[in-house]
Amino acid sequence: MFDLKDKSAVKKIGAILETVNDPEVPVLSITDLGIVRNIQLNGDEVEIFITPTYSGCPATDAINMNIRMALLENGFSKIKITQQLSPAWTTDWMSEIGKEKLKAYGIAPPHSKQVVCSPDSFQKEEAIQCPQCNFYNTRLVSQFGSTACKALYQCNDCKEPFDYFKCH
Amino acid sequence: MKAEQPINLSTNQLINYLLHLADNSLIMGHRNSEWCGHGPILEQDIAISNIALDLIGQARNFYQYAATLLIVNKETEDSLAYLRDAREYKNCLLVEQPNIDWAQTILKQFLFSTYQYHLYRQLQNIKDEQLKAIAAKALKEVTYHVRWSSEWVIRLGDGTEESKKRICRAVDELWMFTGELFEPASYELNMGINFLLLKEEWNQKVRSVFEEATIDIPAENKWHQSGGKTGNHSEHLGFILAEMQFLQRAYPNSEW
Repeated sequence: MFDLKDKSAVKKIGAILETVNDPEVPVLSITDLGIVRNIQLNGDEVEIFITPTYSGCPATDAINMNIRMALLENGFSKIKITQQLSPAWTTDWMSEIGKEKLKAYGIAPPHSKQVVCSPDSFQKEEAIQCPQCNFYNTRLVSQFGSTACKALYQCNDCKEPFDYFKCH
Repeated sequence: MKAEQPINLSTNQLINYLLHLADNSLIMGHRNSEWCGHGPILEQDIAISNIALDLIGQARNFYQYAATLLIVNKETEDSLAYLRDAREYKNCLLVEQPNIDWAQTILKQFLFSTYQYHLYRQLQNIKDEQLKAIAAKALKEVTYHVRWSSEWVIRLGDGTEESKKRICRAVDELWMFTGELFEPASYELNMGINFLLLKEEWNQKVRSVFEEATIDIPAENKWHQSGGKTGNHSEHLGFILAEMQFLQRAYPNSEW
């Protein structure tokens, strides 16, 4: 049982959360993803505020369960997980380390400057760097990919199809 | 819903409004999910299934919020989705219309997403913080839906003879259900939504996309069908609910 009066409690919880990965993009921790919004101690209870990446993200339930398991394993017994919708999650909250991990994993990370988050049709496409050969000569195959948070691209040079963590 | 407490008689406007928004998203999402495994090509199958997921996620957020306001009635997001009957559903008629073919599916999505986009933008200015937060989250997703569906409308309209024929038939089939979107039900009044502005913005977008798609724009003030928002649905909703609710009706409280 961890003593919550200990001043290092929040820091310790933060470190535990860094070990909880997104089940759909297992190379990213939930802190890399930027979905942990706050850690709060309410007496003997730990409250974690999580924001979903997308309204219908099916990983949310699994993530909540994994947070609970990780904290239980580390001696925290009273855990509350609260969904916080506002402010809405944005890819801007993804850590730089997270972006590097994504690229090494073969997923193009979101651009730090968002370019095409508007509803206009047939917009000029963003130049997305191929995570395999690093060239920018790529094309959008579909705005919707293997999960809600990704778009599908193909590299015109090395021909590899790849996922792009689209701006949001 | 319990028979002695029909939601339509409730004085709680916010609950009815939330159910209306939730039902719109759920039924549209359910219709889209019918395409899963049947899309014309893999990427578009994935696209429409993704949109279905977004919409059902939005519906869950609205139902969850409504359930917190209905806590004394012991309602949950599941009971609201699975145990209300057709007359209690408040979705607009447009979303329950059958998919028929890719053109009709796409057009339905475009007309509805454009409406959702402008509506959710207006919801950013209302007082209710939770509703505002759900809409802000959803707006980011709907932006992609509008983009994707409008590109398809243009492709089909300005495409082959066959695709043109089909998208024009879809306009004939669906246009009569668009008027209802801008005809506020009692629970939509005083929510801080400017329906005239909503209609104007929707019209502007639809007209510009139709123009690019070389589709004739139906005459203004053409006759339209309404009723869905107050529970008077077309015959299609009952079939959707029969399929969607079967498990909970046949095996109450079952989980998997």
